[in-house]
Amino acid sequence: MQEIIQVEHIVKKFGGLVAVDDVSFGVKEGEIFGFLGPNGAGKTTTINILCTLMKPTRGKVILNGYDVVLQSNQVRRSVGLVFQEPSLDIKLTALQNLQFHTGVYSVPRALAKKRIRKVLKMVDLWDRRNEAVQTYSGGMRRRLEIGRGLLHYPRVLFLDEPTLGLDPQTRTHIWDYILDLRKRLNITVFLTTHYMDEANVADRIAIIDHGKIIALDTPSALKRMVGGDVITLQTDNPEAAVTELKEKHSIEAKIDSEGIHFEVPNGEKFIPALVREFKSGLQGVSLRRPTLDDVFIKLTGREIREGGGGEAAFKRAWAQRQASGSRGFH
Amino acid sequence: MNNLHGVYIIWYRDILRFWRDRARMFTSMAMPVLYLVIFGTGIASAFKGADFDYIQFMYPGIISMVVVLGSIMSGITVVFDREFGFLKEVLVAPISRPAVAIGKAMGGATIASAQGIMMLVFIPFADVEISVASGFMMVGLMIVLSLSLTSMGLLIASRIRSMEAFQAVMQLLMFPLIFISPVMFPVETLPSWLGTMIKINPVSYGVDAIRQAVLGVEASAPFGIELFGYRMPIMLDVAVMATFGIIMLSLAIRSFRIQE
Repeated sequence: MQEIIQVEHIVKKFGGLVAVDDVSFGVKEGEIFGFLGPNGAGKTTTINILCTLMKPTRGKVILNGYDVVLQSNQVRRSVGLVFQEPSLDIKLTALQNLQFHTGVYSVPRALAKKRIRKVLKMVDLWDRRNEAVQTYSGGMRRRLEIGRGLLHYPRVLFLDEPTLGLDPQTRTHIWDYILDLRKRLNITVFLTTHYMDEANVADRIAIIDHGKIIALDTPSALKRMVGGDVITLQTDNPEAAVTELKEKHSIEAKIDSEGIHFEVPNGEKFIPALVREFKSGLQGVSLRRPTLDDVFIKLTGREIREGGGGEAAFKRAWAQRQASGSRGFH
Repeated sequence: MNNLHGVYIIWYRDILRFWRDRARMFTSMAMPVLYLVIFGTGIASAFKGADFDYIQFMYPGIISMVVVLGSIMSGITVVFDREFGFLKEVLVAPISRPAVAIGKAMGGATIASAQGIMMLVFIPFADVEISVASGFMMVGLMIVLSLSLTSMGLLIASRIRSMEAFQAVMQLLMFPLIFISPVMFPVETLPSWLGTMIKINPVSYGVDAIRQAVLGVEASAPFGIELFGYRMPIMLDVAVMATFGIIMLSLAIRSFRIQE
């Protein structure tokens, strides 16, 4: 597959702070490329450079064959953007917002009318097209923004934390749209998120921390880096338990507020053996498959997350949808 | 061609937005109207014996004041767009920064000029006679004045991040722009320190030109601005405003560019 974005050694400094530190990668045409990392890791700065809102201090980016610094107008035509923060004119109606967009992107009038109609129907806002956006809920606004980002048929759609602050149901809804659109229009999707579940939809993920890419692969390959299943123990005496694990099973375990964590290749078989002989006052055992969170912890020793409640709720909503037989993530 | 279309879209949105919120027009006109009716009547009756009518003198000044207020306040749309995120949608669009700035300036100028034109309903109150020709002349002058001041408003707004800061700067700026000018009083009898300050204020030339259009060159001659001993005709006033406006607009465009 051809690469639609080529990023070569970009650096972005703000005064003394290095927000993006010598980053290089390529994005293939038609793929969903995920950018995962904690807040402040340099995700939004990178997106801003790719979509011409910022100039890199050093380095070069070619998008859809155009240089983002030297041919910014052509690049702007090639990309659609959904920003982290809302960017609608809330005083105008949905229709007027979209008309402004087709206007500044010079979509011919007759074509614009057709596409606006199509997009509004696609995001389920056709019936409310003549209402001011300020009467819309957060989810409706987001859908409108995603629809707007597609009006000029961009080659690359940038989604910067597209579902930030939305309720779980709305998030799954929006993802249905995005996946559907990508299939129908064959656009490349560049996604940043710090929700692990969202990152799972990506074909490939770059994990970014302190302005550097520390891993880039498919979600399943990244998860294989963790080295098997993640086991969590609750014990009376965590320190003694860690020592015991090290001596008996030569396992390096980590302690945090939730208990003792370690990874083993075959968790189901390991647990009975562990429990039979364990001395350090075992209270509970749990096992799960590795997540991208675990990958991040493995790579950096830190957790990515913040405000975790939404995550659990999102998982629950997903599980419900999966159970009721609707289309899921791949 | 593309950029021209961009200017139009930016302009059109500002007009559309204003039209949805048109009650705003009257709130910003209330102050100048009060000045004209209350202050004007008060001063006029205090100096009954003078050889000119104060309300007639003040009326073109108040029209200019409405245009100036409307023009500078239009910069707030930029601050508003930044605060609500819409500015990003504008800045990533494939239209040039000059097109954005010019569209914005034209949008603000259209609205401010419309407010100025609405002030013509006070013609009977001011008891002036305006011919069709000088009416058109006035509208033209209002457009020039408002274009140059919306550009200044844009320049300020492009540098300011919050609504509160913009309001504060406006308060600070508005008073000298309007009162250190010939809006309320004639220039030539003033002490030279004040006269000089008035000549530095670009608004003065707008007021002077609009006053000449309303009262006629002959009648207003004693109130006019003299620069280097030369009485400013309308066309020179226009030249001063246009020069000021072009400088402000170029700086505003540059300021939008730097923000990437």
